[in-house]
Amino acid sequence: MRMLTLCGALGLAAVAGAETMRVQIQNGQVRGTPSFLGQVVTGVSYGQSVEKLGAQGPWVQVRTAEGKAGWMHESALTAKRISSGAAGASARSGASGDELALAGKGFNADVEAQFKAAHADIDFSWVDKMSKMGASATQIAGFVKEGGLKQNGGAQ
Amino acid sequence: MNTPLLKLAGCAVAVCLLPAGCATVAQVGTLAGEAAGVITSEQAASINRTAVAAEKTFQDITPEQEHYIGRSVAATVLATYKPYDQAALNQYLNVLGQTLAQYSEKPETFGGYHFLALETDEVNAFAAPGGLILVSRGLIRCCRSEDALAAVLAHEIGHVQNQHGLRAIKRGRLTSALTVLAVEAGKNLAGDGLAEVTKAFEGSITDISSTLMNSGYSRALEQDADAAAVQILSRAGYDPHALIDMLAQMKSRMGADARGFGKTHPSPDVRIQSLGPLVAASPAGAAPARRQPRFEAAVAGLR
Repeated sequence: MRMLTLCGALGLAAVAGAETMRVQIQNGQVRGTPSFLGQVVTGVSYGQSVEKLGAQGPWVQVRTAEGKAGWMHESALTAKRISSGAAGASARSGASGDELALAGKGFNADVEAQFKAAHADIDFSWVDKMSKMGASATQIAGFVKEGGLKQNGGAQ
Repeated sequence: MNTPLLKLAGCAVAVCLLPAGCATVAQVGTLAGEAAGVITSEQAASINRTAVAAEKTFQDITPEQEHYIGRSVAATVLATYKPYDQAALNQYLNVLGQTLAQYSEKPETFGGYHFLALETDEVNAFAAPGGLILVSRGLIRCCRSEDALAAVLAHEIGHVQNQHGLRAIKRGRLTSALTVLAVEAGKNLAGDGLAEVTKAFEGSITDISSTLMNSGYSRALEQDADAAAVQILSRAGYDPHALIDMLAQMKSRMGADARGFGKTHPSPDVRIQSLGPLVAASPAGAAPARRQPRFEAAVAGLR
């Protein structure tokens, strides 16, 4: 039983120590309130580190490297380390579980270019077009209100 | 598990699973072996490569990699199914779909959720990894309300949030690619390494695309996506019963059509049956008056 308690304590210590998180989406947004309706305070990009200050449900309170504080949805963040494969990463360190999990290399724009070159019959123009389709936060807020939907997206 | 030593070992494994950095058991061994001069660094690298290789699954795919896999899967599907170039309909799908995604377990993905209609009367929909979602005109026609169309999109969002597409990648396919990436980290990928990764990428696209278009997911994964849809609909304030209504429409419209969902999905009857207990808890309410006119306007061109 004592060993189980110790195990729990070690686990908690490891979690408490992991206060730095990384952005795992292309264009992250830090908001003034813990909601998708919250005003965007600043943008953060893939791989950027943020300091975790707290949490409220699935929303994480963060501070950026520039010192700006706000909220991000947990699905936009990871505790894993994102390696750019930069200097100093040897074969051995490259095999580390965390770094590997977000290697930031591999299936990327270069590999897509190779895929395109090998498959002239596959056209990416509509993929690019649909990737630009979407709605602004204001449009979504209006759509939610007009349709009588619940105004708490991302609160789960 | 009664001895203190075993408890300690279990504890070490448990702590190792936490997000903080942690070498694999094989690495610890090879590091120790190198330090003791028992094995050479080349031997250690080889052992590490094997250890890394044994661990690769779809869960090791990064969000960025998932994004690029999804783009090529969507492009592959679009080589078979023509896009439906109707700006108003596609905009409505995107507003509705992106709204629904906010109520999902995974509102944010690397490149976000995007939706596109397909110009085919076949009843079909495809969710590429990362959130590129394609829905056929034939399937949209099975929807009699915004709630029903929301159910269709929420089911596809369920496939994305639970990474069902990535699970279709054959075992071993990722092992070679991710092992190259692991061992070659810090070097510019070129030559054999790049060729091996590209080959694995191509294979992954084929695995996922053929699952989406031909073989379909397992019944369990479809139930999983239906359950996610019910959850998303309830959270958003849509009526989850609309999923059952849509399936009933699908049954009558699809008939014995063996294409699309007729080939890749459990029958509407089977899905309705397993949805019963999930939906029973949700009260069926009348949709606010302004939902129907905007839905009718968006799909007007299809009628």
